[in-house]
Amino acid sequence: MEHALKTPRETSSPDPTRRPQTVVRPAEESGTPQVKMRTELLRAWFGPTEVLKGISLPILKNRVTAIIGPSGCGKSTLLRCLNRMHEVVPGARVEGKAYLDEQNIYEASVNPIRVRQRIGMVFQKANPFPTMSIRNNVLAGLRLQGVRPRSPDELVEKALRQAALWDEVKDILDRSGVSLSGGQQQRLCIARALVLEPEVLLMDEPCSALDPIATAKIEDLIYELRNSYTVVIVTHNMQQAARVADFTAFLYLGELIEYDKTDTIFRTPRDPRTEAYITGRFG
Amino acid sequence: MESDSKQSQETLREPQPSLATIGPEKAFVAICRLAVALPLLLLVVLVVDAVVDGWPRLSWGFLTGYPSRNPEIAGILPALAGSAAVIVLTAVMAIPVGVGAAIYLEEYTKPGRLTSLIELNISNLAGVPSIIYGLLGLELFVRAMQMGRSLLAGAATLALLVLPAVIMTSREALRTVPYSLREACYALGADRWQTIWRVVLPMSLPGILTGIILSVARAIGETAPLIMIGALTYVAFLPDSLMSPFTALPIQIFNWVSRPQKGFHTNAAAGIVVLLVLMLLLNATAIWLRVRLQRRVNW
Repeated sequence: MEHALKTPRETSSPDPTRRPQTVVRPAEESGTPQVKMRTELLRAWFGPTEVLKGISLPILKNRVTAIIGPSGCGKSTLLRCLNRMHEVVPGARVEGKAYLDEQNIYEASVNPIRVRQRIGMVFQKANPFPTMSIRNNVLAGLRLQGVRPRSPDELVEKALRQAALWDEVKDILDRSGVSLSGGQQQRLCIARALVLEPEVLLMDEPCSALDPIATAKIEDLIYELRNSYTVVIVTHNMQQAARVADFTAFLYLGELIEYDKTDTIFRTPRDPRTEAYITGRFG
Repeated sequence: MESDSKQSQETLREPQPSLATIGPEKAFVAICRLAVALPLLLLVVLVVDAVVDGWPRLSWGFLTGYPSRNPEIAGILPALAGSAAVIVLTAVMAIPVGVGAAIYLEEYTKPGRLTSLIELNISNLAGVPSIIYGLLGLELFVRAMQMGRSLLAGAATLALLVLPAVIMTSREALRTVPYSLREACYALGADRWQTIWRVVLPMSLPGILTGIILSVARAIGETAPLIMIGALTYVAFLPDSLMSPFTALPIQIFNWVSRPQKGFHTNAAAGIVVLLVLMLLLNATAIWLRVRLQRRVNW
């Protein structure tokens, strides 16, 4: 197994409660995209409050999936459940299943750190490491994972080019990551996630603090990224969902109301609550 | 129209000062100003007084001489060396324990009744009079652990004394690292250990260092616990081992002040100047370090 989610120690002593895994890998077809991730009756709590009430959602490979919904509907929580970041918060709890390539990432023997190495994340507020230069911010993930890249400069350039930031920072790579503007910092965080070559990239309202120009750059970037990555983006901006996403899921009060092609969701929504939200009647 | 604009001009203008318009704010500001001036004035008086009294004795010979029955030729070298040795030893003992405790409390414990009990006790310990630490040191280090009236016992006692302050300032510094950065680190596939070492500690280092230096600077002026554990008041030799008897600057000063001869009082004043300069140097180092390191960590 090339991308084992389990730590080597754990694989050598199998957990008796684990059921045998049947790894389903549907043949790649140009017409129907593969399912990269899916959740199955995923429930999540903050303390006593249930914020996700059983979500079953597919996430297709090399497609952009947008999660929309009014504030407090659980869209960020759902995103954070996809790379096991929800449970990092004290008092937070998850039940149900989430599959990455048909392996349940909530199985007891799965190491959440391995999950996060395969599923990258970009946060709402840009959070480059202030003690590191731009170069070291890009390489931070590799360094933290103990990888010593043979040609770090090439990796830095590649990731920064992918994040559409290279031309702006190529002469100031040794400056602090926080010396950049807000939009540049967010693209730096995207580069930092991309250098790890994650299979899935989760983005939690990545443009909410940015001006329209920086937003446009990041949206172009997301559109490019779908060629090599699977992207899930949480957004409260419906135009943004319509612009960048192939599929859209509408969440309301912790439940998945509707999931379909973005066009369908915005043109002919089936559920009246979806229609009310996208036409701006609430939220 | 004209009268309107005139009226609005009128309201912009400062009204004529009267007893009613002086108001509570101005009085409050005046009191606050006084509150700032008072300690400053006291400090100036103290420094000027000590410098004026001690000036005739401040010389290289004073710094490098040994105590003597003759105040003219008495020096503070053993006390200076003793203070330096005690401070270094105190730092060596207090820093790893203090920073370690802070990291544990801040990063590893779950909030709960036990944690808050520990926290409460640490802040209480910071307020315990230093003579109590002296008693503890006498009983624990000097007697029970049979260290005798040694450098090691003195430093261990002072380390206990500064420990609560080191723990509290280090926790304060660790707490300034935003949660979003820890999150960023976890999301990159790092574990808690890597997050602490690669992200949290480098960012909180300026604060931790400042706290350590200020706490240790406080220990350099402590007299009571050292007298309690029996640091000598007349030492004509330099400490040569951890178990060697010793004296420290504040004790030497205390000794000279209690002598009847006028000449020793001059020595005491000169000793105070040296002690003040040492503390100022330590505090200045703390500020310099903080500014220097924070330039790297500006966000």
